[in-house]
Amino acid sequence: MGLAKRIIPCLDVDNGRVVKGVKFLGLRDAGDPVEVARRYNDQGADEVCILDITASSDDRATMVEVVQAVASQIFIPLTVGGGIRECADIRRMLNAGADKVSINTAAVSNPEFVREASSRFGNQCIVVAIDAKRVNKKKEAPRWEIFTHGGRKKTGLDAIEWSKKMAEYGAGELLVTSMDRDGTREGFDNELMQEIGRHVNIPLIASGGVGKLDDLADGVEIGGADAVLAASIFHFGEHTVGEAKQCMKNRKIEVRL
Amino acid sequence: MYTIAVVDYGMGNLHSVAKALERVAVAQRVQVTYDPDEIMRADKVVFPGVGGIGYCMGELERLGLDQAVREVATQKPLLGICVGMQSMLDHSEENDGHDALGLFHGRVTRFEDGQRDPVSNERLKVPQMGWNKVAIKPEFASHPIWEGIKDGTRFYFVHSYYVTPDDQSIVQATAEYPHEYCCALGKDNVFATQFHPEKSADAGLQLLSNFCAWNP
Repeated sequence: MGLAKRIIPCLDVDNGRVVKGVKFLGLRDAGDPVEVARRYNDQGADEVCILDITASSDDRATMVEVVQAVASQIFIPLTVGGGIRECADIRRMLNAGADKVSINTAAVSNPEFVREASSRFGNQCIVVAIDAKRVNKKKEAPRWEIFTHGGRKKTGLDAIEWSKKMAEYGAGELLVTSMDRDGTREGFDNELMQEIGRHVNIPLIASGGVGKLDDLADGVEIGGADAVLAASIFHFGEHTVGEAKQCMKNRKIEVRL
Repeated sequence: MYTIAVVDYGMGNLHSVAKALERVAVAQRVQVTYDPDEIMRADKVVFPGVGGIGYCMGELERLGLDQAVREVATQKPLLGICVGMQSMLDHSEENDGHDALGLFHGRVTRFEDGQRDPVSNERLKVPQMGWNKVAIKPEFASHPIWEGIKDGTRFYFVHSYYVTPDDQSIVQATAEYPHEYCCALGKDNVFATQFHPEKSADAGLQLLSNFCAWNP
C-alpha cells in the first residue's frame, strides 16, 4: 500500500521575491514566487511551502498578496510560515489561500497559542516548525535544544520534550530544521529525526542540509521522515522535483509520480 | 447562467475550493455563501469542511445551513468534501461523539493509533496526511464523476476520522490506511470524497470539472 512520501520545495520570500541564502554569498534572488511555485507544481511537487523571512510590517501585506497569487495558480497544498503570532494571522493566510500555517517563535513564547489555533482551525492546518541544534559535548549522548529567531536565540528547551509537547497541544505536523545542517549541504540530521519519531505519532517533515538527491531519500529511509523539504537544490536548476522522486523510487520509496 | 454555491460556515479553507472550481467551471458562476436562500437557489452545491465535527455542526446549525444542506441533498447535485463528507453520516465519534446530518446511515471513526503498514511495517501516523491511492470500484468506473481518472490515482488526504456507511453499495472508492476504508461515496445526486480534490493537482481538477458537468 501506501501513502506517498512527500517532497516539499520551500520558497523563502523577502519583499515579494524568492530569495535564498547561499553560503558565503548572502541572499541571492531566485525569482518570482508565482513562477517558481508553478514550476514546482508542474514538476510534480506534493506541496509547496512559503516562508516569509522579512521583518517589517509593510512586507506582511506583500506576503498576503504573494499567497493569493500563488494559491490561484497551484492546486496542491500550500503552507505559509513567518510572522504567524495570533489567530487573526492564521485566518488572514487561510483566506488568502493557504492550507496550513507554520508556527515557530510564537509557539515557544506562548505554547497555548498552538492549542487555541488547533482547536479553532483543526490540527490539519497547524504545522509547528522547530529549529533544533545539538548541544551535547563530544562523546556525550546526543541532545538537541530549540532555537528561535532564525537560530539566533537559545531557549533551553529540549527538542524531544518540545516535540512531544507540541504534538500533545495539537500540532498536526512538525517541520524539523537542523540548525547544524542548514546551509551545509551535508544532508539532514537523521539522528534527530529518528529520535523525534520515536516519541511522536504525527507526520514529520525533515529540513535543513540537503545537498544532493540521495539526502532526500536518506531523510525518509534513515531519518523516518514522512516528508522532506528543500530549497536551494531546486531553485537554481540543479535538480527538478521529478528527479528527486525518481531517485526515491529507485530506492523503493513510495512516491507520487 | 448556472451557479455553483460553496457552503461557507467559517471553517478552514473554502477559498481553495472556490478557486479550483473557478478554474474548471465553464460558464458557471462560483458563489461562496452562508445564505441558506442562495444555497437553495444555486444549481449545484459544494459542501467542504475541515476541523472538528462538533464545531462544524455547531456553525451549520447556528447559520441555519444544516437544513439547507439536507434539502439540497434531495434535489440537486451536491459534493461533500472531507468533513463535509463526514457530516453527511448519522454520527461521528469525534469531539466525544457528535450527531451529524444523517443523510446516510453509518458512522465516523478515528484511525487507531500505532497501526503499521503490513508491507513495510512502518508506523502509520494520525492524521493521515498526504497522497494516497484511490481504488475506484469497478461498478462505478463509468460514473461521470470519475471520467478521465484512472483507478489507483493518488489524491491528497488530510484526516484522522473516516466514514463507514451501513449501505456498502454507496461506496464508490476506497483507500488503505492500513485497512481498506471508504474514501468516496455517492448515491443519486449526492457525491462525497474524503480526499481534497481542490488540492489534488490535475486529477483533483478533473474530478471537480466532472462534478461541474454532472447532470444526475
